[in-house]
Amino acid sequence: MRQYEKTGILSQKDLQIPSEKQLQKGVAILECVQEIPCNPCVESCPVHAISMKDINAPPVNDFEKCIGCTKCVSVCPGLAIFVVKVKDRTAWVTLPYEFVPVPKVGDRVKAVDRTGAVRSNALVKKVIKQGKTMVITIEIDSDLAMDIRNIRV
Amino acid sequence: MRIRSHPIIDFKKRKELPFYFQKKRIVGEEGDTIASALHAAGVRTLTKSLKYDSPRGFFCGIGKCSSCLMRVNGVPNVRTCIAPLQEGIDVQMQDKLGLLPEAEFFGKPKKTLQVDILVVGAGPAGLCAAVESAQQGASVLLVDENQCVGGQLIKQTHKFFGSKQERAGTRGVDIAQELEADVRKLQNEGKIQVMTDATVIGYYESDKKHRFGIVQRCEYQNALFDVRCDAAILACGAMENMLLFPGNDLPGVYGAGAVQTLMNVYGVKPGERVLMVGAGNVGLIVSYQLLQAGIVVDRVVEAAPVIGGYNVHAAKLRRCGVPIQTSHSIKEVCGQDKVEGAVVVRLDENWKPIKDSEEYIKCDTICLAVGLTPSTRLLSQISVQYEFIPEAGGYVAIHDDTMQTSVKGVYVAGDASGIEEASTAMIEGKIAGLAAAIQLGRSKNKKLLAQYREELSQLRAGPFGEKPRIAKQKIAKMRERHHASI
Repeated sequence: MRQYEKTGILSQKDLQIPSEKQLQKGVAILECVQEIPCNPCVESCPVHAISMKDINAPPVNDFEKCIGCTKCVSVCPGLAIFVVKVKDRTAWVTLPYEFVPVPKVGDRVKAVDRTGAVRSNALVKKVIKQGKTMVITIEIDSDLAMDIRNIRV
Repeated sequence: MRIRSHPIIDFKKRKELPFYFQKKRIVGEEGDTIASALHAAGVRTLTKSLKYDSPRGFFCGIGKCSSCLMRVNGVPNVRTCIAPLQEGIDVQMQDKLGLLPEAEFFGKPKKTLQVDILVVGAGPAGLCAAVESAQQGASVLLVDENQCVGGQLIKQTHKFFGSKQERAGTRGVDIAQELEADVRKLQNEGKIQVMTDATVIGYYESDKKHRFGIVQRCEYQNALFDVRCDAAILACGAMENMLLFPGNDLPGVYGAGAVQTLMNVYGVKPGERVLMVGAGNVGLIVSYQLLQAGIVVDRVVEAAPVIGGYNVHAAKLRRCGVPIQTSHSIKEVCGQDKVEGAVVVRLDENWKPIKDSEEYIKCDTICLAVGLTPSTRLLSQISVQYEFIPEAGGYVAIHDDTMQTSVKGVYVAGDASGIEEASTAMIEGKIAGLAAAIQLGRSKNKKLLAQYREELSQLRAGPFGEKPRIAKQKIAKMRERHHASI
């Protein structure tokens, strides 16, 4: 039994992790590790970086091809795709958000990790409405780039 | 108790509809059911139990159980969870058994209808079946108990999984509207008749055609229809399971789907603090939707040692700070006339409660997401071959790969044919609709039938499709055995 099957929380060893260089240009982290019948992320990718063997296979991102465009973030029905970009000591995490109130660019919000714990403050850099899903980019410390996956407004 | 601010649904204030409950004036809103209006006004107790006079609230919220029966304008046994609210009505709690009404309520004359295909249930399976049959040239009557078509899709605010051609990435509420638009188009062309707020009450003796009785409600009164058809597709859905524990009958213990209906369809909060029982996809998804409606989810408890639903759904809850406790279950609900709290308990590897592991939690609502049972009462009355298959969720009609039961011309689709989910229900509906049209000589497109079957087996191919896969294999085996014995 894998730990996440008990807790619901993925750890970095469950995930495909990009190199430092790939993180610098910004890439999509696909936090979807189980075999579930679903494929909209594959169809949404403009550079065909995301692939899957069949509809039940977990998606794989070719970080070399991925341009970090965030198109897949709002498409994923599981809200399980995040785009992470790191430069020096700063990281930008783009995440899907389906709550009210919706923060505005320039707002200070809480940065929350996969366990629901508040880890730091974050600055809202971008808010894009994709249907009813908000795609929000926050700025945080680069140490937290692979941990922060939610915000609290 | 009204939700006014929501990330997915626009709950505008609607026209006010005053009515009377136990002679007291209450104001509901246009679009409410009687039960949702009462709930919004803080009334959770709708009836009393017959023997011990215990308070009862609704459980299923979709017209499948009987815990919301009330007397409306003198008419007894009105299912208030699906009955529309109207201005000025007189709603009374029933004293014990429903008294016979003073008003004549069966006064309308019987009407006879002749159609090629009757489709019972306008959820994802029934809508797809009706559209498919009508497109092939069959005349179709689509009947549903609710005010509108869409079945349980109308409360699914999340985006669906599956393949792009099966509308993956689209929210259930939007899929309901797309399917309804298809039906309305065929209705305008005179190919489909739609009858909502109507119940198929039984299957009757007939020489050649299949014969059903349908009661359509209007102003809480009834009109009876005598329907003759060459084929019938029963897509009656399923109902939520109850769990045994002390206090499970208190108002405030709901099926998770009932809570989803109340908040996502009617914009009414079920309570302020919820304990979710069951970490399958329904439990996880409804928990997240409770958070979206501004309600606190204390935790999710799951008796199994692992989370049953998709990890992506569990991960969404965890990063919002909601604990999920596996190997935990509910021991009892506390409260006099309403839910005031609950005791949860840890289970050992044999699923037995561990001594002194009890924990009391304060909450006003319990949601049970512990599986569904296919609604097969009408099928059993038609005396189709019928077997208990645990993986299908209970008793199901044995059917072939065109969804036809052991009675010629009687088809089944969706959850009524074995518990699964909406994407597969839609394809099963298309298969049944097309197969029925082929049987009646309206279509010859067997190639399309094979294509639908291929799509279906692809969706079931993964590990999460194991249960329905086993169920359908067992059904196929039993059918072979049944055939051999004739």
